[in-house]
Amino acid sequence: MSKVAANGGGGGNKDQIPVVVGGSSSSSGGGLRYPSNGKTIYHRPINRSKTTELSQASFAYLFSEMVSYAQRRVTGIQELEKRLNLQGHPIGLKLLDLLLIREPPRSQTRPLNIITLLHFLKNNLWTHLFGRQADKLEKSLNSEVPDQYMIYDNEPLVNAYVSVPREMNSLNCAAFVAGIIEGVCDGACFPATVTAHSVGGKEEGEMWPEKTVFVIAFQPEVLERESLIGKG
Amino acid sequence: MTIFSLIIINKAGGLIYNRSFHEGGLSKISTNDYLVLAGTFHGVHAITARLNPLPTNNRLSSSGTRPDPPSGLEILESENFRMQCFTTLTGIKFLLFSDTTQTNVDTIIRRVYEMYTDYVMKNPFYQLEMPVRCDLFERKLLSYIREMNSR
Repeated sequence: MSKVAANGGGGGNKDQIPVVVGGSSSSSGGGLRYPSNGKTIYHRPINRSKTTELSQASFAYLFSEMVSYAQRRVTGIQELEKRLNLQGHPIGLKLLDLLLIREPPRSQTRPLNIITLLHFLKNNLWTHLFGRQADKLEKSLNSEVPDQYMIYDNEPLVNAYVSVPREMNSLNCAAFVAGIIEGVCDGACFPATVTAHSVGGKEEGEMWPEKTVFVIAFQPEVLERESLIGKG
Repeated sequence: MTIFSLIIINKAGGLIYNRSFHEGGLSKISTNDYLVLAGTFHGVHAITARLNPLPTNNRLSSSGTRPDPPSGLEILESENFRMQCFTTLTGIKFLLFSDTTQTNVDTIIRRVYEMYTDYVMKNPFYQLEMPVRCDLFERKLLSYIREMNSR
């Protein structure tokens, strides 16, 4: 027993993790090592095949089970959307950090105003999750709610195989994606409420029957801060 | 070359989907008759699966693999129409009615099965063995058959 302890003590002295000063990658000896090009395991996906794509079918089955799971203990459509939203929220919080660390070091700051945040969502987040950018970004023209922002997706990946029954037609399962967006906004200190609504399928033969809009309503303090920044 | 209609029967013999794509060709019957037709066909199919004229004395073939079970009724052809039946491994039957000159029915029926697995089985709101009411399945199926019929 004592021998083991002595060994452990000796090893601990030698293998002490050096404190890396200023992110230097040239630290010698053992311990935490940085590759010479500065890319850590966080910089690339686990799946290293050429396209880094995942099977859509397995995602569809997983998502289908997530929806049924969320549906099991709810009474109304709003509650179901809330649950889907909650499932997405932690993903968004974590994705913000991951996507920022993968940015080139110069632009590795979190979005500081609403416009950069929205562009970050439309470009980086959408490309990471769905392999393409979101289709449109818009500011609300309604004077009653002047500070709502909209992200349009013509064919959301999560809804690719989902047909909502007629008696629940106000439901949109992209509430899960809305939760991810909300997580990113919260993580970037832009607390907001994000909801998903279907806007397509109104008339026959429409081009994008699955078109979905994500409405982002920021908290009043965010808008207040934004107006102060704008002045300065 | 025209595809008249499609019927899907679940493994218990219940009708879960029926849709006609072409006016005329087949005479119209009521929903109740469709249910009876599905049940009857299910029974007939079970009987034909037993009517195997080939001897099945050695259950396992020499290579040790199990031979395919007898498949039962596959094609029914009459003067005016042709019916093809496709049974999936899970026992669901797809019946496709077309006119007698229709080619590539095999491919079409497989494509329909593919759509079924995509838009029905991956739909969180579909309950197994229950009638199929999925907008996406309907939409994709109609546009595919329409394209086939307009060739």
